[in-house]
Amino acid sequence: MTTANTALELRRVNKWFGPVHANRDISLSVGRGTIHGIIGENGAGKSTLMSIVYGFYQADDGEIFVGGVPCKIDNPQASIAAGIGMVHQHFMLVDTFTVLENVILGVEGGSRLAGGMDQAREELERLEEEYTLDVDVDALVGDLPVGLRQRVEILKALYRGAEILILDEPTGVLTPQEADHLFRILNTLRDQGKTVILITHKLREIMAITDQVSVMRRGEMVAHVATEETNREQLAELMVGRSVLLHVEKEKAEPGDILMEMQGVNYQDSDAVLRLKDINLTLKAGEILGIAGVSGNGQSELLEILGGMIKPSAGSITYKGDELVGSSHYSARGLRKIGLGHVPEDRHKAGLILSFSANENTILGYHDLDMFNKGTTLNRDQMVQTCEDYIEKFDVRPPNPNLKANGFSGGNQQKLVLAREMEQDPDVLLVGQPTRGVDIGAIEFIHKQLIKMRDAGKAILVVSVEIDEVMSLADRIAVMFDGAIVGELDAADATEQKLGLMMAGVTEEAASDAALVQEATN
Amino acid sequence: MAEAKAKFGAPAKVPAWVNLGLIPFINLLAAFFISGLVILIIGDNPLKALEVLIYGAFGYPEAIGYTLYYTTNFIFTGLAVAIAFHCGLFNIGAEGQAFISGLGVGLAALYLDFLPFWMVIPIAILAAALFGAIWAYVPGYLQAKRGSHVVITTIMFNFIAFSIMNYTLVEILISKEAGGSPETREFAENTWLALAPDFTGMADSPLNFSFIIALALSVAFYYFVWHTRWGYEIRVVGQNETAAKYAGISPARNIILAMTISGALAGFVAVNELLGVHHKVIMEFTGGFGFVGIAVALMGRNHPVGIFMAALLFGAIYQGGTELAFEMQSINKEMVIVIQGLIILFSGALEHMFRPKIESFFRRAATAKAVEA
Repeated sequence: MTTANTALELRRVNKWFGPVHANRDISLSVGRGTIHGIIGENGAGKSTLMSIVYGFYQADDGEIFVGGVPCKIDNPQASIAAGIGMVHQHFMLVDTFTVLENVILGVEGGSRLAGGMDQAREELERLEEEYTLDVDVDALVGDLPVGLRQRVEILKALYRGAEILILDEPTGVLTPQEADHLFRILNTLRDQGKTVILITHKLREIMAITDQVSVMRRGEMVAHVATEETNREQLAELMVGRSVLLHVEKEKAEPGDILMEMQGVNYQDSDAVLRLKDINLTLKAGEILGIAGVSGNGQSELLEILGGMIKPSAGSITYKGDELVGSSHYSARGLRKIGLGHVPEDRHKAGLILSFSANENTILGYHDLDMFNKGTTLNRDQMVQTCEDYIEKFDVRPPNPNLKANGFSGGNQQKLVLAREMEQDPDVLLVGQPTRGVDIGAIEFIHKQLIKMRDAGKAILVVSVEIDEVMSLADRIAVMFDGAIVGELDAADATEQKLGLMMAGVTEEAASDAALVQEATN
Repeated sequence: MAEAKAKFGAPAKVPAWVNLGLIPFINLLAAFFISGLVILIIGDNPLKALEVLIYGAFGYPEAIGYTLYYTTNFIFTGLAVAIAFHCGLFNIGAEGQAFISGLGVGLAALYLDFLPFWMVIPIAILAAALFGAIWAYVPGYLQAKRGSHVVITTIMFNFIAFSIMNYTLVEILISKEAGGSPETREFAENTWLALAPDFTGMADSPLNFSFIIALALSVAFYYFVWHTRWGYEIRVVGQNETAAKYAGISPARNIILAMTISGALAGFVAVNELLGVHHKVIMEFTGGFGFVGIAVALMGRNHPVGIFMAALLFGAIYQGGTELAFEMQSINKEMVIVIQGLIILFSGALEHMFRPKIESFFRRAATAKAVEA
């Protein structure tokens, strides 16, 4: 049914990538002036669908109607002309240009810039006022924090006359406070009659802001519901196809000996920027230490230093009481040999060789263990055997040790990495973003495995940008901001608000006070 | 379980014979088609040209001998480029590495020829590998430790190699009997490599024992790259340097190792050319084999079997092309180079031109079959 009140309608859209049926008979109707959420696990086909709407891909089959009119969108220009704007997960901005220059990029209006610039400035200021999007139009984009860059992206879309605004996982890089601000902006946009499509895999966001929600699962639309008629549990169930536990059940931790300790660790990168500032941390047996923080505040460097990939510029690190800095064990290879497992933050960049088979990935970092070698020859049978064991224990699908790593979904890739690092029985396990891009079913499994290791007396460090995850997994939480630890607190005392404030650099005491005040005013 | 495996494995790709057989074949066909058009334009009969080419390459034992002799060189340089590729490096200096290896071969063969053949030949072969290895080690070291791009340094090292060889041949090693041309005296006969035995009918061709070495190195290459932890490390570094660092694998060490092996493999061209054929060090014996090795490695997907096939193809075109230039008046040596170029263009640079169409054809066929079932 196409009516005047439908901003965007898709009818039986199909898209194949090679043999993969990424979108199967997708039908979708988005009402004008609403915020419409599209939720689904990673790999469910959300981004593909929106890329079709935005003209990056072309559907193999199906029709698109914009404002009730059939529309052939075969490139982004056609989509922009039809009044569709997109804010990508990774911003498409030129860092060395000003906000104004970025906004007019591609729509300069003539070969001479000056005239167009003045007009654009006026128009931008009008837009900023209308939608309460505060940005200094003359600031360099590179100097802006991520939250503001996102606003520039939104402005860009509006400047191009977008009536329908698509946001792809917009909160991945934002603090909770910044996310709330974004939601206020989206509400304003809706009130002014714009249509917003929000793609996300976070249930919290769907519940907080959308009017309608469509759920995708494995390339198909499985439900369209009004947000007020549903709840988190039901949506989670629709996404996964079965009911899931959203919170990890665990006993109270019984911390034992200190296995790893950092004292006054500093790290200066090759550009002489101080990335880590005076870090003091302890990892204790039988305890999970969670590191919360917006990504890019030193967590990656922290993991790399503990994992032996880079060396600190100053400070001391001890492992089971022995000093590591300057020791022969202090390298990625040496640390693995003395019982350190490391699940890297980014499985595509570091954790896996995507073009290698699962069994070849099973030995990454362990390829010189005796068990995988017969003299000079790699023991291929043992590699496959071990991989099959991991696949069975971690329920990796498809259960094929010869499939290339990029043939597995994100969750199954993560399970392969976790299995490799956990099954060599480390005493200390570093885990970066345990469930980034992992579907809900696998999240539950991964969390259970981590708790099991903790209960077996291992020391675990979990770095995650998901507050929910840190709060439900960790026994102790340290918050990082700008390369330093802002504060450390017991998981039992942590609230989302308090952590959110600390993630923005507010010290623990101040955050506690502010949180109390906020609660009181609510 | 087995069924599940098949089901999951199968839809992810087209059949292997399409990927490894049909698509290269169609690319080749396209190259020959365009070549045919060119021959047609210059007023000759393309079908006759093809016939001459194939007959010239495979028509009689001596022709096959020549073809395999060229193939030998292409296998060496193809493997050399391929091992560097596996480490993510583009070694375009195989030409220079092969050339400088001639110096190693020459020094051993000229000054150690008092030794029995079973000592001097292995020493000369080792010297070839060693000189090539050293010549590639330096760019490898500069890439690994100083970040100087290996493409730039290897090509510059080609020029340095030519200059050094030029100087040594003109000023130092030049033979008085040679009448002023820059070449050494002929090596003693105990350093010559055995030619193909009489019963093969190829004894009059330059095919020699190096061909056996090339096959042996192909097998060793396969074993090293896919069945040892050192090969594994090289491939990890080539695919993903961040993952290598994460796994405790040193990119620098492996870059140097891969380049050194690459140079050593390229050095075997000197063995084939100097110990096998010329029996003296001459200028420009490398004849572009090092550069064509890049195309061979690309076409052969950096796998020894593929490299053998691609080397055979280029060997046939070298030999058949020579015959073609000889037999048909309108076709000269440059025309043969055009045909070679077209093959490199279609199988290397335009490799993905037909691929999507062919793949989608097989995907549709598979889907249709599934629907019927």
